[in-house]
Amino acid sequence: MAAPRKPIPQPTPETQEFWDGVKAGELRLQRCQEAGCAQAYFPPRPFCPSCGSRNVATFKASGRGTLHSYVINQRPAPGFTGPYAIAVVKLDEGPKMMTNISGVEQTPEALVLDMPVEMAPEEASETISLPIFRPVGGGA
Amino acid sequence: MKPGSIAIVGAAETTELGLIPGLSQLGLHADAALNAMKDAGLSPKDIDGVACAGQSPMEVAWYLGITPTWADGTMVGGCSFMLHVRHAAAAINEGLCNTVLITHGESGKSGIGRGGFGGGASTVNGQFESPYGIAGPPSMFTIPVLRYMKDFGLTHEELAMVAVVQREWAGKNPRATMKDPITVEDVLSSRMIAYPFHLLECCLVTDGGGALILTKAERAKDFPNKPVYVVGTGESVETPMISQMEDFTTSKAFRVSGKKAFEEAGITHKDVDHLMIYDAFAHLPIYGLEDLGFCERGEAGKFIAAGNTRPGGKLPLNTNGGGLSYMHSGMYGMYALQESVRQMRGIAPAQVPGAKLSVCHGVGGMFAASGTIIMSNEQP
Repeated sequence: MAAPRKPIPQPTPETQEFWDGVKAGELRLQRCQEAGCAQAYFPPRPFCPSCGSRNVATFKASGRGTLHSYVINQRPAPGFTGPYAIAVVKLDEGPKMMTNISGVEQTPEALVLDMPVEMAPEEASETISLPIFRPVGGGA
Repeated sequence: MKPGSIAIVGAAETTELGLIPGLSQLGLHADAALNAMKDAGLSPKDIDGVACAGQSPMEVAWYLGITPTWADGTMVGGCSFMLHVRHAAAAINEGLCNTVLITHGESGKSGIGRGGFGGGASTVNGQFESPYGIAGPPSMFTIPVLRYMKDFGLTHEELAMVAVVQREWAGKNPRATMKDPITVEDVLSSRMIAYPFHLLECCLVTDGGGALILTKAERAKDFPNKPVYVVGTGESVETPMISQMEDFTTSKAFRVSGKKAFEEAGITHKDVDHLMIYDAFAHLPIYGLEDLGFCERGEAGKFIAAGNTRPGGKLPLNTNGGGLSYMHSGMYGMYALQESVRQMRGIAPAQVPGAKLSVCHGVGGMFAASGTIIMSNEQP
């Protein structure tokens, strides 16, 4: 019997561009095009959650952010082994995003809040890569 | 309802009808909502009430950027929207909100993004949280607290004290599941569930139920037991995704709900004799004390550790032992309400002497929703 797999996201028309971006190694966010709003936001949707305008555009974000908060889960989850951090990063453009942190020990000592992180996508299926993050410069 | 007291000022359908392969179900709600707001000359900031069926009002409000003081997810099938209109009329007349948005969206043919709250790989949660190994509330509800600890200096010992103090209350309650006293060391040496949360900082998992009966206050004295009056109410929703909480150190839904309830009751914090804050995990009483305005930002951990909420303290909190020690069946809010009623009737196992005003504050989802009920044993 195959080991249980991690849940794989199923894009919708509103989010397809985001997932295509991660697959291509890019983090794509959206920004309101109204003067005086210009809010960057996530998750993707075809209107601005700040002012309700449908005048929005997708842009290539820096893919960088900081480790905003996390827990180190000790309980079983499909596709995960051993204690692992479920993290939220604060992107340099403003929005927050849930993720995992790779390339670093999954301990409170190694996972220091506010440390800079960058997206390092990991392939989840033929069509989906996940926006996993790693410490900038390979961590401490 | 009061005839002629309510008007419909905006109405629209989705931009397209028929086959709509370009929008998820949540997107259909939003498209119709944006069109109706345009029809009324309103923006999401002008809406303070949300009702919908088949999709959670938590999802719809958050997705549109609405902060409601009234949410209705009544789901009774195809006529749900008639009931929403009626409930909205009552809510507006009661002053719970001013401008209600009722939405419907259904990807009945294309089946895109269906699955409701928390389910399905194409929902917002399914796409943007589930892939990262979330394993239920213990690994989700807990995520914001490290941010709070760093920003305000809350210690592991202070977090543990929440559980210690509530066990003191539970020790006075014969119906509490866990009654033996515990220490900070006991808490910190209990099994790690999701760092920084240990087993004793997580709620119990038990079976149970509860029920309430309400009627007009003028009939209240016809019943055999001491009436308890509802004197203030509040509610709000923020987001179905813990990662999208606006500020990890404070709950917007708590703040909006609490403020509304206090304003409605016309009370100040000094008037409150008894407090319940839904405690699925040990950080919730800390967030609740601050977001309801009982403590300044960053001070609630020290307030609890100093003994202010324990038996004999100046602000008795979670006097049944709470979700951490009394019971927690999954949706604990009913038990918090029951304890407030007991305290107001004067029959609680750990009765607060002379208590006249009780604030009962609940959470839904993981900081996703909130409701606050203020009760008194004196008719205002």
